[in-house]
Amino acid sequence: MQAINQTLRRIPVWAIYLLGVLPAPWLFYLGLTGGLGIEPIEALEHRYGELALQLLIAGLAVTPLRRIAGLNLMKFRRAIGVLTFVYVSLHLLVWLVLDVQIPSQIWADILKRPYITVGMAAFLTLLPLALTSNNWSVRRLGPRWRKLHRFVYPAAFLGAVHYVMLAKGFQIEPLAYLATIFALLALRLPIPNLSLRSNNADSA
Amino acid sequence: MAHRWTNTLTHADVTPRAAFLNRRQVMVGLAGVGLTAMSKPAAAQDALEPNTWEEVTTYNNYYEFGTGKDDPAKYAHTLVTEPWSVKIDGLVDRPGDYDFQSILSEMTIEERIYRFRCVEAWSMVIPWNGFELADLLNMAGMQEGAKYVAFETAYRPEEMPGTRFPILEWPYREGLRLDEAMHPLTIMATGIYDRPIPNQNGAPLRLVVPWKYGFKSIKSIVRITLTEEEPPTSWNMSSPREYGFYSNVNPNVDHPRWSQASEREIGGGLFASRKPTLMFNGYEEEVAGLYEGMDLAKNY
Repeated sequence: MQAINQTLRRIPVWAIYLLGVLPAPWLFYLGLTGGLGIEPIEALEHRYGELALQLLIAGLAVTPLRRIAGLNLMKFRRAIGVLTFVYVSLHLLVWLVLDVQIPSQIWADILKRPYITVGMAAFLTLLPLALTSNNWSVRRLGPRWRKLHRFVYPAAFLGAVHYVMLAKGFQIEPLAYLATIFALLALRLPIPNLSLRSNNADSA
Repeated sequence: MAHRWTNTLTHADVTPRAAFLNRRQVMVGLAGVGLTAMSKPAAAQDALEPNTWEEVTTYNNYYEFGTGKDDPAKYAHTLVTEPWSVKIDGLVDRPGDYDFQSILSEMTIEERIYRFRCVEAWSMVIPWNGFELADLLNMAGMQEGAKYVAFETAYRPEEMPGTRFPILEWPYREGLRLDEAMHPLTIMATGIYDRPIPNQNGAPLRLVVPWKYGFKSIKSIVRITLTEEEPPTSWNMSSPREYGFYSNVNPNVDHPRWSQASEREIGGGLFASRKPTLMFNGYEEEVAGLYEGMDLAKNY
């Protein structure tokens, strides 16, 4: 593990940003050129959304991986978080601009369709976290920054529920995402760390 | 008794075979320079243009082969469709197992270019070949008390990888009221673009009810039963709040999770615009009479 951690330390963070952001234009290009199949709008929307969920899971895995396996990915956690927000935003943009298209219907959908309400709530929960992901905010907010960023837990939960709610019939994949996110949140419960425990008691 | 209904869409609206096979490549080429919209003539807005063979046969919902839209095209080749027989039973004079080929020999195959509207708010135009369900029901002889027709899709786990998962309660079931089943618009499709219907589209024979959401048009039928009571139907069993027995296309009655007021025509690429959904999917003149006096918001 020591060796892995040492290798990881040599990877610059910008490489993670670059690697993480590349699928966005690539998928868009595929959508334009028929690579996403016959119906590229829904495909692009779903691919961005799935990537956002996968990154969310990656971000939530950082702490347990360090604690349980001794694997240190702390250095990349901010990049993972920012990339999560990038894909959530792209997912939302595809929905707004390419999918629904009609402004009056967008608002009606947010209010009337529970899975969209839940998805929107997840986005709004992540928004302040993305805005305060810079060093200046970390310094400025001090201990409040840590508290604020625990909102990633409800956001992850809402994101997974959003996916489960839109599935037709009984489908395995969305439930697998939900179970993974539940497991990662549950791992945070019994940790003998007072601040963590009190927070989780509040949000549970 | 064939030819009771004629297309308002004519052969002039059908993409010639050479063109429909090539259009996809043309569109892909044009899409790269942002000219996708130009591949459809402006005048074609109302005169419907059927989707290409590729669109019709690679973008499908057939959960017995997986829930992805491309799963049926990838996996449905395992379905054995020869020989095929359809059990016709219930309130009929001549119940029994009817061989598909002998059914065909009794029927008149004609072309029907229909709009196809999925409950998921996308749509296509499909040039079906088939015969009227009424002819098949007359062949079996309907008995006095028959009020409904129940249909069943083949359920063969070893040929249908998607049935390993309890997405729905298999086999897939659908049903129509007898007057809906006897309506001249209701057909049993056996072909698309004058070719035998591919497995992913419901080979060797499937129902097509163009004024209802696509899931009513049950695929790969192995059993037809005439009943007195309204038969159970798969999506209604799975979520009665979302999918009613009638499931007529209706822009004024939303699915609880999404609006049915508009739809996306498949084939428009990444920048396809939505168009308004038509009452009874544009077949209001032909079928509205079937539902006279019914509250369509209640009987969704």
